[in-house]
Amino acid sequence: MQTNPSICFYFQVHQPDRLRQYRFFDIGNDHYYFDEFLNRTILRRVADTCYLPMNALIKDLIVSTKGQFKVAFSISGSAIDQFEKYAPEVLESFRDLASTGCVEFLGETYSHSLASLTNPDQFTAQVKMHSDLIKKHFGKKPASFRNTELVYSDQIGKMVSKLGFSCMLTEGARGILGWKSPNYLYTCAAAPKLKLLLRNFKLSDDMAFRFSNQSWNEWPLTADKYVAWLQEAAGDAQVINLFMDYETFGEHQKASGGILEFFKAVVKLVLAKGGIDFITPAQAAKKFDGVAELNVPYPISWADEERDTTAWLGNELQNEAFSKLYALSDKVVAAEDAAITKDFLRLQESDHFYYMCTKFFSDGAVHSYFNPYASPYDAFINYMNVLSDFALRVNNKLKQD
Amino acid sequence: MFGWEFPPHIAGGLGTACYGMVKGLLHNDVEVLFVMPSASGDEDGTVAKIINASDVEAVASTSTPIDVLEKLNFLRIGSNMVPYIDPIAFGELVESERRTQGEWLEKINFKQKYKFSGKYGANLMEEVARYAMVAATIATQHDFDVIHAHDWLTYLAGIAAKRVSGKPLVIHVHATEFDRSGERVNTEVFRLEKMGMEAADRVMTVSNLTRNIVVNKYGINPAKVVTVHNAVDFSGKDELVVTRNVPEKVVTFLGRITFQKGPEYFIEAAAKVLKRCPEGVRFVMAGSGDLLNKSIRRVAALGIADKFHFTGFLRGMDVQKMFAYSDVYVMPSVSEPFGISPLEAMRTGVPTIISKQSGVAEVLRHAIKVDFWDVDALSDAIYGLIKYPALVDMASRCGLDEVNSLKWDHAAEKIKKVYESVIE
Repeated sequence: MQTNPSICFYFQVHQPDRLRQYRFFDIGNDHYYFDEFLNRTILRRVADTCYLPMNALIKDLIVSTKGQFKVAFSISGSAIDQFEKYAPEVLESFRDLASTGCVEFLGETYSHSLASLTNPDQFTAQVKMHSDLIKKHFGKKPASFRNTELVYSDQIGKMVSKLGFSCMLTEGARGILGWKSPNYLYTCAAAPKLKLLLRNFKLSDDMAFRFSNQSWNEWPLTADKYVAWLQEAAGDAQVINLFMDYETFGEHQKASGGILEFFKAVVKLVLAKGGIDFITPAQAAKKFDGVAELNVPYPISWADEERDTTAWLGNELQNEAFSKLYALSDKVVAAEDAAITKDFLRLQESDHFYYMCTKFFSDGAVHSYFNPYASPYDAFINYMNVLSDFALRVNNKLKQD
Repeated sequence: MFGWEFPPHIAGGLGTACYGMVKGLLHNDVEVLFVMPSASGDEDGTVAKIINASDVEAVASTSTPIDVLEKLNFLRIGSNMVPYIDPIAFGELVESERRTQGEWLEKINFKQKYKFSGKYGANLMEEVARYAMVAATIATQHDFDVIHAHDWLTYLAGIAAKRVSGKPLVIHVHATEFDRSGERVNTEVFRLEKMGMEAADRVMTVSNLTRNIVVNKYGINPAKVVTVHNAVDFSGKDELVVTRNVPEKVVTFLGRITFQKGPEYFIEAAAKVLKRCPEGVRFVMAGSGDLLNKSIRRVAALGIADKFHFTGFLRGMDVQKMFAYSDVYVMPSVSEPFGISPLEAMRTGVPTIISKQSGVAEVLRHAIKVDFWDVDALSDAIYGLIKYPALVDMASRCGLDEVNSLKWDHAAEKIKKVYESVIE
């Protein structure tokens, strides 16, 4: 059967709970860890520059194309919590998108954590929590899965398959693909029923990172040019996966640079030219068969040149904070305390470890944009102070019981 | 190159920096003629030809009358300077000396060898002026392409050499009067510094921090001010093995106990840390200075004297030993043009906390940086280094790599470029 090639858009929506400046004198005295003001300020800003205008734009596209345009979102539990607190109208506009039936919401870990790398129980619990949250807000349990930062390995694929997901999104990393193309479906080597969608990093990053880069030799990027690239890639493809942060539109790249208009023009032009349709991950998994098994013995991600996990777990600061955090997980479960469980989730957000990354000393701009700390050492000290207090609380709670 | 001191006889960091720089320049094929007021003969003559200004007769006979006129003219500018550097510390001492000496300029004997002390002291201004005259003589006796003068003590010498030789002058700012005295600047020193900067073809500063001071407070055209960060030379210093007799972690402040170095912030931070963890940590303040007694009183008043120790002035191997004893090194300087001591600590594998108001903060990435006034941040950083071993491992390992990469050869390469830019 002859099938059209497809384009699969997936946007990541996540906002971390940034920590306040937490001095060692606070340990044992003050159990509030988060910088409410900063988190609210950033969320409100991004809501106005990106979430609201972009949701409206996507809604328009879906309506005006009579449902031919489709997208997928992965919204972390952390982000949904923040929407509820600071910008309920954003959540409302996502619900509105859900009601069109053209938008798929993906499963992920509740707190955008890296639990898949160290603690299967935590991972499973968080994925279930997140699925319930998505069902609560958008009416349907997720069928497709994307792990934090597209982290994936055979092992993780196996866990995800056991949790009932039929497909999973990850990076089309050169290191694992070799000569193979990311524009096909693959299957997980450890769980053959799980289909894998691989990010086309070239075409994704053209839009997400290079669009407003004036020193790029393809600048300025027009919709005509970009769609020509898409068609060229589609000539020999099942599905072209364009995965990026949702904040690309209006926040990382300012609306004044034309990114929103560009996006709209690309969608319209693709449909006008015909031959390529839009699809969501779950639909892609139904429509196409996997062409081959993919072996990924070590975890990959979508970050940096290396496409590995060293942006979060690459130096001794990160490893120490990470292992000290997860060493508490059995105790946290035993403590059975709502506030403690909530904080434990928030402390697992991958962002906290990203702030301790020393790689940005050499590989700059992207990392520093996301970082509220002046140096990884500051980030580590602050985090460890918070974690020290958290550990005290957990231990005290267990002593009480 | 006009300096004030050269190893092995040094009072401050300037001599050490000159030594490293001269060696680095040599590796970049630049020959250096190093002039200093009082050489003892045991300086390392393999890196540069050392000229002892005490051995040179002022005003050589080869000069034409016009030259002499120029020189006299120039010296008259110098004669307006009052011979003291700090009104509080030197005022009285100098007053009495001035009474016995009368008008000191008239006492300068033009055909006489003058024995320079080469030390910082009451007759400093006089030495500065004499040094300048001798410099003019030296400039006529030797062949060279560029004049390089270090810090205000030698600026006059640099200007004098430029006047008689017509060769370009580069002055090197290792510290300004604002760093030494805060806002209570000695106007005479300031004038001398400004004169040097204005007369220079290029001004080199040891950090961007200092560059800003030169541009903003001295009003120097930014186009001629270039930052060349200092480096360190550890060759010849061996690893030191010490046995420690205290089980606690040792947090160290090492430096002159003066306004510039911010000792009070270290004490306040120590009190905060000790309040939180009364066991397991000790603080050491090594060095001496005009704020020593005040510091001791403050430590006593805070009731932390059982955990806070003063060593007095340390010299030679004791400095090395102190670093080897330390678990954390703190430099809370209020204003530090560069600051070499954190590098020495890091070289010993000791993690360091430095103030953002230090030039060295511009080149170090693996040191924890805090604002000098932010006692909370400082104590928090100390606490982190005491309590979180991963932080120590990382800062120590990466810090060592980092200091080992700060080579004088690289700095000298930049200096050479500055030279080339003024030699037309």
